[in-house]
Amino acid sequence: MTQLLLFNVFNGLIVGAFYALMALGLSLILNLSGVINFAHGGFLAIGGYLAYTLIPYVGFWGALVLAPLLTAVIGFIVERVLIVRVYGRDPLYSLLLTFGLAFIFEDGTRFIWGAQSLPFQVPGWLMTPLSSDYFFLTGYRLFMVLVVAIAVIGLFLILTRTRLGIRIRAGTLDLETVSVLGVNVRILRNMNFGLGVYLAGLAGVLAVGQLGLQPTIGASLIMPSFVAIIVGGLGSLPGTLLGGLLIGVASGITTVFFPSATEAVIYVMMAVVLLIRPRGLLGEEGRF
Amino acid sequence: MNSPDLNKQIPNVVVWLLLLAMPYWLPAVGGYPELGTRVVILGLAAMSLNFLLGYTGVLSFGHAAYFGLGAYGAAMTIRYLVPSTGIGILVGILIGTIAAAIIGPLIIRLRGVYFAMVTIAFGQVFFFIAIRWNSVTGGDDGLTGWTRVPLHFGFTTIDIQNNPLAFYYLVLVLFAVAAGIMAWMLRSPFGRTLIAIRENERRARFLGIPVDQHIWMSWVISCCFVSLAGALYALLNNFVDPRALYWTQSGDFVIMAVLGGMRSFWGPLIGAAIYVVLQDYLSSQTENWQSFIGLFFVLVVLFFPRGVLGMIRRKVMS
Repeated sequence: MTQLLLFNVFNGLIVGAFYALMALGLSLILNLSGVINFAHGGFLAIGGYLAYTLIPYVGFWGALVLAPLLTAVIGFIVERVLIVRVYGRDPLYSLLLTFGLAFIFEDGTRFIWGAQSLPFQVPGWLMTPLSSDYFFLTGYRLFMVLVVAIAVIGLFLILTRTRLGIRIRAGTLDLETVSVLGVNVRILRNMNFGLGVYLAGLAGVLAVGQLGLQPTIGASLIMPSFVAIIVGGLGSLPGTLLGGLLIGVASGITTVFFPSATEAVIYVMMAVVLLIRPRGLLGEEGRF
Repeated sequence: MNSPDLNKQIPNVVVWLLLLAMPYWLPAVGGYPELGTRVVILGLAAMSLNFLLGYTGVLSFGHAAYFGLGAYGAAMTIRYLVPSTGIGILVGILIGTIAAAIIGPLIIRLRGVYFAMVTIAFGQVFFFIAIRWNSVTGGDDGLTGWTRVPLHFGFTTIDIQNNPLAFYYLVLVLFAVAAGIMAWMLRSPFGRTLIAIRENERRARFLGIPVDQHIWMSWVISCCFVSLAGALYALLNNFVDPRALYWTQSGDFVIMAVLGGMRSFWGPLIGAAIYVVLQDYLSSQTENWQSFIGLFFVLVVLFFPRGVLGMIRRKVMS
């Protein structure tokens, strides 16, 4: 029983780390540009599929580095060509635009790589269990947690230590003033969007190693990411991180006791948070 | 009645005439009876959504949940409780409306994209219930093994089961009732208050209008009619599956409303007609119809943000 519980808590933590990685990207874009990127799941899938295509040429490690970067490049282009046109308009239009993009990405991956799920090879030594008692502690799972941790630390370092990050944070609070101070907001939003999409691509490469490649992989991960943002609190990146891990662990624990509610429990958590604390756990008062 | 008032009535008369005669002119332009029924049902759903979206100015992206609840309510009632179409529809509406009324207080204080995010996420609860509770809901495969039943009145029986024409007119009658109630509400002081909230929420608040209460009421009314549409949709297909509850369905309703024109009463119906016909055509032509639908979303946002009726009105004005 303890082992089962431990297994599921650990599993939940990994799933939560995915949610968090994806939700952090969504949050970045939402905070600075006010756009909910429904296509984020599509970017995640693209990241995974690009890695699949790249592995024969550059190996797993090369793909881990290159695939998210290429995804980010696609993100730059999409932002520049399409998303930029809905800034400053009714938020309805950005929702519909990214909604349409989500359809195109999902169908596009299906068109290019096929509808059936494909196997994704990770290095063999990563797949061996580390301990016979705790069979679930494969190297790959630990590796995923490690990569997510590095990515999150990297993100927070970028946001606090670099000029770009400081500008992003300032723009989140007051974009107009940042613009008046001579920062090119167009470039800032573009970089920020790319950064968010990079995180989605990275999550994609990691996710397909665990879950396999399917065109719908992104669509099934995006709603929990929304919940992570809402639970953690809009406008707060640490909140998003906390929210993601929290809902992951909660659904992991629920799997042990009431397996059929595994997915539903996170929405119940969201309801409870909205009831007690509408701004989310670490959200700022009066932001929305 | 003076002539400007008469002019205002012309679009209404045209719409009703077209709807009443639809089974007769639709085959001539290459349609089939179910297509017309689907247009009316999804048009009702989009108009219900627009009550909230266009007239109250609240960005709801989760209406598929209540559409699906209406559908499952009707289907499960007929399958398990009583083989009666009327009771099925009533139960469907009741379930959708009650769910909306309960969720309402959690969300009415949120605005803008936050509201959209929370409503669409909440919808997923019902999706997962439908998927997981498969002994009752049929799970992923949907709920089969039932059909709509003829309507029995004391003096006569209307066979909506085997006669698509009869079913179309049943749908149209219910559509007329729902549209009539919504139009009447929008003309009432209550409806005017909703528009005031849309135009300037802060000012409405300062005037002493209980804004949150009004938004809650608008939300519940909107969800009530969308669950009616859902119930009818299940009856049309004699089938319901979890996709009726899935979040992408919510996006479909919003695009219908935007495509037709959010600022006009009939706009969403026109949007639904265009969308349904387009989807029907694309899915018969290509396997990758989803990409084209996505492209269509993008094109509408970039080039058609005011919708068909918005464009026409602008042309007339200038």
